[in-house]
Amino acid sequence: MADYQTTLSPILIIDLTLLALLLVCAVAMVRVRRLFAVVMLSGIYSLLSAAFFVSMDAVDVAFTEAAVGAGISTVLMLSGMLLTAKREKPIKTGRAPIAMFVCLIVGAALVYASIDAPAFGDPNAPANAYLGKMYVENNWADTQVPNIVTSVLASYRGFDTLGETYVVFTAALAVMLLLGIATERGGKKKLDARAMEAQARREYLEMQAEKERVISGGND
Amino acid sequence: MGHLILRVTIKLLFAPIILFALYVQFHGDYGPGGGFQAGVIFAVAFILHALGFGIDQTKKALPPEILPWIMVVGLMLYVGTGWFTMMMGENFLSYDVIVPGSHHQAGQHVGIILVELGVGVAVASSMLMIFFHFASREPEVADSDW
Repeated sequence: MADYQTTLSPILIIDLTLLALLLVCAVAMVRVRRLFAVVMLSGIYSLLSAAFFVSMDAVDVAFTEAAVGAGISTVLMLSGMLLTAKREKPIKTGRAPIAMFVCLIVGAALVYASIDAPAFGDPNAPANAYLGKMYVENNWADTQVPNIVTSVLASYRGFDTLGETYVVFTAALAVMLLLGIATERGGKKKLDARAMEAQARREYLEMQAEKERVISGGND
Repeated sequence: MGHLILRVTIKLLFAPIILFALYVQFHGDYGPGGGFQAGVIFAVAFILHALGFGIDQTKKALPPEILPWIMVVGLMLYVGTGWFTMMMGENFLSYDVIVPGSHHQAGQHVGIILVELGVGVAVASSMLMIFFHFASREPEVADSDW
């Protein structure tokens, strides 16, 4: 344990600042009622976590987090928000003490577990010692791909990545089925110029027919 | 229809974003990146276009009817690589058999590039499909809607 204790280095200060900002962001997201602000804050949260991943040397994860979390999911959340309310309904606080109790218990358990967790970058940690070590040692002989993350993702664990691609594909399929695959505006009445013209013509013809009926009725 | 500054900026940024997506796609072996990130960046270029010029203009540039086909093509590129290695008499996704007898693992490189390309194509078209379906529900967003 003593080997991994560090003084207050610049990296540590950056990490602490980023984590503090993440906490501020999370609390603000819970407090704010305007959904637009919540979506923007979640984008900022993703960007902050991406910066935190960079400081932990996980560049590929940071890249994905910045592109997916901060980029596209913010846009998708905004376009989803347009279909619902703009403000969150005020919540009833009747069961708040129970929720608070559960959160405190779980939080305490997690903090207690983190004392036993291996230090960051510990080569003897189970995650690094067996399979991770095998990837690092055999990667060059097996694949000769300089970026180990890519060779693990696409070569050693090609099946996993195939499953992930299926997940994205299925998500798009589900959105197509839920929001309407056949109609351009998803089942809603579409009123573009041509449809409006057709509707106006239909109403005009109905009016004409009505007029003729009244006239012929008057003759009888 | 967005503001003038937005439209000019998006016109300037569109091509570099696509270029960056292609770089991330094909440079994934050597640096951070890969199919997922490249696909998302590729989709973001078109989403920016839709934000600036309106969804109808983007639909003219990229018809939504062809997107499901591209989604399937991307997935089949991945699965097809696996089938190809199986037909060559190896396990599913064992890339070594693509270029047999290579001393610098060329089969792995070719296989990874094919698979990542499949991921990128599938992710880009899926993201655009999701965005089109969400964004098409409201024809025009007024500034007061935010």
